[in-house]
Amino acid sequence: MAKKYEPRIIGFLCNWCTYTGADLAGTSRLQYPPTHRTIRVMCSSRVDPLFIIKAVLRGADGILVGGCHPGDCHYQKGNYYTRRRFALLKKIFDTYGLDSERIRLSWISASEGPRFQQVITEYTKKLSYKGPNKIRKEVFL
Amino acid sequence: MSKVEIHKTLIPATRDFLRKNLKAKKIDAVFTLGKAGKGISYLLITDPDKMDEAMPFYPLMPENAGALLSKLTFSDKLPDKVAVAIRPCELHAFVELAKRAQGAPDNMIFISPVCDGVVKFDHYKNIDDDEFLLELPNVVEPHMIRPTCKICVNFMPMNSDITITSCEKKTAFYANTETGRELASEIGKLYEGDYDEAECIPELKKRQIERRKSFEKLGTMNYDIEGLIDKFGRCIGCHGCSHVCPICFCALCAFESKENELNPENFQDELEKRGGMRIPTDTVFFHLGRMSHMAFSCVSCGMCTDTCPADIPVSMLFARAGDAAQTLFEYVPGRSYDEEIPLSSFVEDELTEVED
Repeated sequence: MAKKYEPRIIGFLCNWCTYTGADLAGTSRLQYPPTHRTIRVMCSSRVDPLFIIKAVLRGADGILVGGCHPGDCHYQKGNYYTRRRFALLKKIFDTYGLDSERIRLSWISASEGPRFQQVITEYTKKLSYKGPNKIRKEVFL
Repeated sequence: MSKVEIHKTLIPATRDFLRKNLKAKKIDAVFTLGKAGKGISYLLITDPDKMDEAMPFYPLMPENAGALLSKLTFSDKLPDKVAVAIRPCELHAFVELAKRAQGAPDNMIFISPVCDGVVKFDHYKNIDDDEFLLELPNVVEPHMIRPTCKICVNFMPMNSDITITSCEKKTAFYANTETGRELASEIGKLYEGDYDEAECIPELKKRQIERRKSFEKLGTMNYDIEGLIDKFGRCIGCHGCSHVCPICFCALCAFESKENELNPENFQDELEKRGGMRIPTDTVFFHLGRMSHMAFSCVSCGMCTDTCPADIPVSMLFARAGDAAQTLFEYVPGRSYDEEIPLSSFVEDELTEVED
């Protein structure tokens, strides 16, 4: 039997909100697809666009950047910077015909375990529908 | 606004202008293009007698002067008054650098022309004849101009003290500031006369159309990864484009460090996935990454294309990304010293469409 395709999502989760939210989802025993790989960062604004580009080029099917809701950043305004950077990166992806739906920015607070579950489930579904990231098989990068 | 006119072409007129001011000690030095051996290079001149070597606004950009001025001033401002004769994109690049604390515009008096573009390096580098070298400004033809210059829409200098227009054998100096006025008054009687931006509108429209057309022809929207590989496939990874880029100022560039290099075990991982890989690696990564770091401040000077040994149209591709990024943030590089750089500022209620 052929193995069912399962997307792989790299998640850059902010230590204070989304990472804790993911933790809550775990301790609350909420079920979600095992497609997510966590990289903990101290703030979502630590995520250099290079991290995301590199992950996409190395063949990750989806990249999730998770941070606190605007106004709730542990460092006051980090996530506002994240948003601008992310908007710029998305723009560049669109301008060059790359699939900008493979990168996603979500605000998930420490108390939103169910939302984390929902985001991962929904994103996994979307990526499964899209199929694997073709850059994974590209030789001449 | 006041103006003064000289009945000469751009280069000799500006040379006279600068020489007279240097003699009158209104300025202590001049930063300008000039003849250096068998070539053209930027010079810093303090002796009025040495002004014969000066070729201000020679239609060539051996280096983006914005980057050079930053090298002169990043630790301290200039001690003396220097008249800086540079092109608009160089001035805009310097403004961008000054905003990033990489240079100080104090004591600089910026003199900048309404720019027609500069000649590609190819048309200049093999000239061995002095006479022809000096003749080049008079024989510039459209096909010799850098492609990015042809689609440049910021060819009117912003933040200059003196703006120069030149047509046929008449060159007019418009003073935009008090300092500029002082220099202009050295040349002759000042006339009240506004620099009519409307004059440039037909040219601006022409270039905007040209810009749209060439972006359409470039068709980056359909590239995807195949298109990017296609375009950057020839890249030899010299990183020359980032070295000459005035905006790429980081002393510790992420792409120069070992941080992004593959270790032997990573090679194995990649090979298991792909079954083969290009070496040197990370070509597309470098260019996309550089775009995400500086596109919003790209002044489209075209240095990157000129320096590329593999003839990749880097500057057009970056101008395209720059156009998209600058439209997104409604940002014009070089417009103002006070305007914040898009990525180091924010508005609380914006861009909600990128959130999911």
